[in-house]
Amino acid sequence: MALRRKRRKFGSTVGWTLGWLATALVLFSLVDMIGTVVVKGIQSFHWNMLWTVTSGKAGGLENAILGTLELVVISTVFAAPLGVLGGVFTAEFAHARVSRTIRFLTEVLSGVPSIVIGYFGYLLMVLKWGWGFSPIAGGIALTIIMLPYILRNTEASLMQVPLSLREAAWGLGMTRFQAIYKVIWRPAAGGMATGILMAIAIGMGETAPLLYTAGWSSLNPTWQLTHHELGYLTYIVWTYIDMPYDESHALAYSAAFVLLVIVLLINIGVRLLVTRPSLRR
Amino acid sequence: MHPDKCHCMWELIHLRKVSSASKTADKVFRLATGVAASSPVVFLVVIAIIVVDQSIPSMKYNGWHFVTGIQWNIGDTYGSLVHKNGVMAASGASFGAFPFIVGTIASSLIALMIAIPVSLLTAVILAYKVNGVFQWILSILVELLAGIPSVVIGLWGIVTLAPWVKTNLAVWLAHLGVVIPYLAGPIGTGMGLLTSGLVLAIMVVPIITATTRDLLMQVPILYREGGTGLGMTSWEVVRYVCFPFIKDGFVGAVALGWGRAMGETMAVLMVSGSALNMLPQNLYSPISTMAAFIADQLDSALTDASHMAVHALSELALILMVLTLLTNFLARWLVSRTSGAKRLRAEVRA
Repeated sequence: MALRRKRRKFGSTVGWTLGWLATALVLFSLVDMIGTVVVKGIQSFHWNMLWTVTSGKAGGLENAILGTLELVVISTVFAAPLGVLGGVFTAEFAHARVSRTIRFLTEVLSGVPSIVIGYFGYLLMVLKWGWGFSPIAGGIALTIIMLPYILRNTEASLMQVPLSLREAAWGLGMTRFQAIYKVIWRPAAGGMATGILMAIAIGMGETAPLLYTAGWSSLNPTWQLTHHELGYLTYIVWTYIDMPYDESHALAYSAAFVLLVIVLLINIGVRLLVTRPSLRR
Repeated sequence: MHPDKCHCMWELIHLRKVSSASKTADKVFRLATGVAASSPVVFLVVIAIIVVDQSIPSMKYNGWHFVTGIQWNIGDTYGSLVHKNGVMAASGASFGAFPFIVGTIASSLIALMIAIPVSLLTAVILAYKVNGVFQWILSILVELLAGIPSVVIGLWGIVTLAPWVKTNLAVWLAHLGVVIPYLAGPIGTGMGLLTSGLVLAIMVVPIITATTRDLLMQVPILYREGGTGLGMTSWEVVRYVCFPFIKDGFVGAVALGWGRAMGETMAVLMVSGSALNMLPQNLYSPISTMAAFIADQLDSALTDASHMAVHALSELALILMVLTLLTNFLARWLVSRTSGAKRLRAEVRA
């Protein structure tokens, strides 16, 4: 009997130890990854990279930073209204069956691999519609990536608004629209903003959808929307680390560093400010 | 008529006037939200139509050879075009995607073999061993891992992971090759199947962990107390009460992660060694996955005058999309079955 008790206690200890080891492994990977990129990034980053454009094997990041910003602006202009309004529809107007179907298909859309979305953009916008590699094609490809996150977050945060608030608004004689834009959106605003910011962070880090839609250019972007290739940060990380020169590696590290800092700032900032359990997936 | 009453009625009439105008606004708004809500569906349908439509010439040209062939050769793009089954292609063109299908499935399965135990154990710790601020911080850290851009993970894979695999892990595993033949073989450059699997595991772990943690926290406290009351150790409660409870949902979370692993592009492209026209020989040989290969073939797709390379890549994208969508359907179905039905039943019983 005593032996059996000892064996069970030992099993328990082994189980929990393995658990802590797994957690430590995950945390170690995260810390090592961020540490590597930050250390190498700080070593190779120079402030004048911010106002020099990329050249053949090194140069700066100005064109890529501006290009990434342009792509994010274009895709947010499309994705934010579509996502927020779509979330309002599924949370406020749609019947249970309709909203369940839309939610399901939105999740299916977010499961489509990003390279497939990029290649679809190439087939339809670049080739068929003849836009060429262009900011608008890249922006729309990113829109498809970002839209599901914004829609889902908007819907989830609207669902958390208590029904009594709606009933009070309707009882005052407001229409559904008036109730939404005067009352209901206010408690949900934080959640909606979270969704949009997280989607922006995801969009900034994407490469695959842009390879076949935005192309690459070492010139600063103009606001020409079609037939105008433009550069972006993730492309530099991918291509310049494969070159045989140290300067190129330094540029790749710097691009990864800038990207990581922006993405982590958005991620951490959002989670510190708004930490509603339902928004954490 | 009393002036007050009159005023009140005037107000009523006034109110009705406003409300008829805002009824229009209500309708317009409802229509706008409806259109916006249908946009993901429209995107999904258009993507499917375009990718299927553009794959048809490749299906005609290659037939079943596409999924069984090993050679991927866009042919002599400067030579004359040849006709076959009613479509044109460069002479000598042959499109066989079998190595990429194998690469995708093999690397994602390796990723799952690593990620399943790691994320299940991490989720147990997150759900039951830490609480309050510490739980919040640990959860944020695990989720940060999911937010890191895939090129940054790929960069880390090239700089840190691949050299470590080459000098340490692969050497160590190859020694075990005497016992387990799958682990034997020349180690290579460190860029290959094993490293791709490791990188994918890192990208999949946060997805599975977050879902599993939420599932574990749904296990009713009465069930766990019941286990403790029977004299189970704390680990036995987790093992024999909690794991069976979340089984379906966990399988769903794994399927979700599998879909992600198969569709991941950049990180794999950077550490896979970009093999062409060869099947992986052992755990360490270079591979290429469907997603990584599509990204890799950007230049060759542009040079083919017959556009057959474009169509062939489109068919590859189609296969990839079908595979990931199937795993996604399975995942959603399993996760929703656990979190919906079981919670209800548990509440009724408790």
